[in-house]
Amino acid sequence: MSAVADPKAPRASRPGPSRRTTRGNFELYGWVFMRASGVVLVVLIFGHLFVNLMVGDGISAIDFGFVAGKWASPFWQVWDLLMLWLAMLHGTNGVRTIINDYAERDTTRMVLKVALYVATVLVVTLGTLVIFTFDPCPPNSPASLLPSFCTA
Amino acid sequence: MSSAPTAPPRPAGTLYRGREGMWSWVAHRITGFAIFFFLLVHVLDTALVRVSPEAYNDVIGTYKNPIMGLGEAGLVLAIVFHAFNGLRIILVDFWAKGPRYQRVMLWVVMGLLVVTMAGFLPRHLMNVFGGH
Repeated sequence: MSAVADPKAPRASRPGPSRRTTRGNFELYGWVFMRASGVVLVVLIFGHLFVNLMVGDGISAIDFGFVAGKWASPFWQVWDLLMLWLAMLHGTNGVRTIINDYAERDTTRMVLKVALYVATVLVVTLGTLVIFTFDPCPPNSPASLLPSFCTA
Repeated sequence: MSSAPTAPPRPAGTLYRGREGMWSWVAHRITGFAIFFFLLVHVLDTALVRVSPEAYNDVIGTYKNPIMGLGEAGLVLAIVFHAFNGLRIILVDFWAKGPRYQRVMLWVVMGLLVVTMAGFLPRHLMNVFGGH
């Protein structure tokens, strides 16, 4: 009895694909990436949840000033950037696997995966731009909404 | 072979079929799928800091109502399960004795899940329902 590392969804067997469905070692690298990124994400996301939901007043303290205060520090910029990229790639690869398991028609699989990759590129690009172009003290905003260092 | 027809043999037992291994795989898949869609929304709502402080505060304000507060508790439950069970999968894959202990490790995962939620829930529910 051996461990099945990445079992497929249970379903009736059917004729195998008529073409090669793997490209070199892509699936192997994907398998390794899920485990490597998973370990890092446990640390990043548990830290994220602890600082945002447990420390101080948690969710009720989150507002523009809170985010601006965090992103004033390169430490949290790097933390969030790493979390964004790893979580999005980890999640995209997971959903890709699910699509491959359950979408049986070639066109369905193709459409779903194109939609997935478009969403991934848009969200990763948007999130990255937001982290790097963020202004914690935007002009013409009421000081009461901004972090205290804007007026200091 | 001319023996009388008999019932087809039951599928051989595997590590995963129908037991803790299979159900943890199902739960891992469902939680991962749900977390991914939350993540898409969460990046979009956070991106509103780039629009204006007012826009961000308006939208994040909806995360503070009690129904969303319970949703966040469910989200954290899903994340913590996915995290601990993911570490269990890594041990099954890479630790020589992992496959032998996969069932025990699932109950360790469930125990850690309970302990983590016991630490998180009171604090979070106080923040959500504590009347700020």
